[in-house]
Amino acid sequence: MDLFSAQAVSKQYANHKALDKVSISVPDNHIFGLLGPNGAGKTTLIRIINQIIAPDEGELIFMGRKLQPNDIAFIGYLPEERGLYKKMTVGEQAMYLAQLKGLSHHEAQKRLNYWFDKFEIKGWWNKKVEELSKGMQQKVQFLVTIIHEPKLLIFDEPFSGFDPINASIMKDEILAQKEKGATIIFSTHNMSSVEELCDDIALINRSKVVLSGAVRNIKKTFKTNTFGISYNSYEGTLQSILPASFQVLSENQDVDHRHARVKLPDGATPNDLISAVLPFVTIYSVNEQIPSMNDIFIQAVTQQTSQPETKD
Amino acid sequence: MKKIFLIIQREYLTRVKKRSFIVMTILGPLLMAATIVVPIYLATRTNETKTVAVLDETGIFYEKFKDSDNIRFHYLVSDIATAKANFSKSDDHALLFIPKTEVTLPTNAILYSEKSVNINVTSYIKNVMSKQIEELKLQARLSELQTDKKNPVSVDDILRSIKTTVDINTMKIGEDGKESKSYTEINMVLGMFSGILIYFFIFMFGAQVMRGVIEEKTSRIVEVIISSVKPFQLMMGKIIGVGLVGLTQFLLWVVLTFGIVTVVTSFMPSGSIRKSATEQMMSQKQGMGSAVSQAASSQDEKSDEGMGGVMEALNSVNFPVMIGAFIFFFLVGYLLYAALFAAIGGAVDSEADTQQFMLPITIPLILSIVMAQYIIQDPDGPVAFWFSIFPLTSPVIMMIRIPFGVPYIQVILSMVLLLLGFLGTTWLAGRIYRTGILMYGKKVSYKELWKWIRYK
Repeated sequence: MDLFSAQAVSKQYANHKALDKVSISVPDNHIFGLLGPNGAGKTTLIRIINQIIAPDEGELIFMGRKLQPNDIAFIGYLPEERGLYKKMTVGEQAMYLAQLKGLSHHEAQKRLNYWFDKFEIKGWWNKKVEELSKGMQQKVQFLVTIIHEPKLLIFDEPFSGFDPINASIMKDEILAQKEKGATIIFSTHNMSSVEELCDDIALINRSKVVLSGAVRNIKKTFKTNTFGISYNSYEGTLQSILPASFQVLSENQDVDHRHARVKLPDGATPNDLISAVLPFVTIYSVNEQIPSMNDIFIQAVTQQTSQPETKD
Repeated sequence: MKKIFLIIQREYLTRVKKRSFIVMTILGPLLMAATIVVPIYLATRTNETKTVAVLDETGIFYEKFKDSDNIRFHYLVSDIATAKANFSKSDDHALLFIPKTEVTLPTNAILYSEKSVNINVTSYIKNVMSKQIEELKLQARLSELQTDKKNPVSVDDILRSIKTTVDINTMKIGEDGKESKSYTEINMVLGMFSGILIYFFIFMFGAQVMRGVIEEKTSRIVEVIISSVKPFQLMMGKIIGVGLVGLTQFLLWVVLTFGIVTVVTSFMPSGSIRKSATEQMMSQKQGMGSAVSQAASSQDEKSDEGMGGVMEALNSVNFPVMIGAFIFFFLVGYLLYAALFAAIGGAVDSEADTQQFMLPITIPLILSIVMAQYIIQDPDGPVAFWFSIFPLTSPVIMMIRIPFGVPYIQVILSMVLLLLGFLGTTWLAGRIYRTGILMYGKKVSYKELWKWIRYK
């Protein structure tokens, strides 16, 4: 079941169309990656989900019904442009933001105590925000985003500003939120974190969804039956041994071995590749070249961009 | 509703706890108290007796002005031209001229002086004149009643029928003999004072609203907050919170000033000085729109000579209207401008960029203060009327006019228009604000603002 879905959402600004009939569906308890180059319309879509701005047309369905103003109590949002009041103490600030999310004073205090203990930041409570480092501020922000235990969490570039250690703490915490039953929308440029975390993605480019679905399926469709092979050195090129239908994409030599990437014809298996080269070389490894999200991203974006624009 | 309360609370508490707020709260009353105490202290030190020459063409007031510790009266018999000519040569502090009237009793007098005349002097003269006229009227009434005993008349009716207000125009005579009107009348002081107070309040706290919005934008917290509350709630919460801060500071000033003046003057030698200080205090306090009861209690003291005159003058001002109007124009005027300040804060990235948008806001405010000089001389003229009706200038100008007495219909019209203006600017500001706070690093033009207003 989908926890959230947007159906044909459009948003027109004075000079450009930020979203053009965008539809996404976010399955319950999944981590959903919202990808796209800068200016594609991701932030606009996220702001629409948070009801910061209203769409011109289209429907937003949350928990099986239309999205309502009160639903912001069920949504936690960590914007890309985020900050805290510099002159306020961490404690006051966290209390303020938690209460704005609808928690009572007592409940907010209780939960913040728990989280401050867990993150081992108890000593920060009376510090002013300007005394904290950027990474420390990010921690506080993360914490107030999840403090009201929302059903839907939206993170816009959550790892920017974190060092690797804190980034991995945050990553674990995001996964822990998923364990607890939260659904997460995750907007980022960082493709490696997409591969690690996301179950599903939607790729937005030029205000349109160009690619969407489960990461596993997408990768399958982008697979090109290409294999990497490592072998000992050989006088001629690899292509000279292989049948013409096998296409060598690249070939290079390092200190120990030669490496090549070979695209197999449809229906051919790695066994065919191995049996073709076996008489001539010693094979060290053969592995399937699964396209990375990075490749898929670039491919999908450049494909759409190279098409002539069909916009008004 | 709970959320907007949280916002107001935060805006209020963070500001009230600031060191600058505490410093201002202490320094303000010290300065104000000094402006009250120092002149009184100096007056007691010099112990100079002022003489007022009286040229009474009617003859009614001969020997009626009694000398006191620091005012002496002497009476002239000449015409006004020679009296004026002699005046500049004499040591007299002021020349009181009561022109002859043909049919009615005199209710006008002109007070010429080189330096500006103390309010106490004018008030005392006014007091004596109106009492004298009232007495004459009463005698006339009584003899009338004796001849015509058929119609019973209540005492109240009589008292009402003899009630008289005297106008004293104070004219300054320069060294060169030129005359110009001076403003020592209590209602002028009250009007100017409350007008200027509103002007400062709007500027000081409006700018605070603007800075608060810019701070939220530059610290990038704004998007975090508006994922929980509507931008409009955030804007209104800030405006109301800052307004309450202003109100708090203002009330603290009044109370502390009163306290300081009372304490300091109690250490001064003469009892009458203490009294005069308190009364001067009261007059200022009432000008600020508090202490209604003081005006009422002052009734008892109006028979006192000298300082009692101030209270008499104060009684001629309609305090319930004055105070009510002050609070209204003070608050709604602030709200109207604060919304505009918030919109500017939302549209720009830093305080340096605010200049181009500040102009349309500051022009009506500064114009009000510039026009005040003119309007106070002609508080019922068409210029005064239009300025006191137009919502952007009415908070200052109407307050200047009110002590002189303004028809209720005009006050109400002005209030209604101000309220409409407030709703209008808030609506407009809300639309600019909600788009502006999400725009970073963009130079905004007026054309851009117009687009924002039209967004759905």
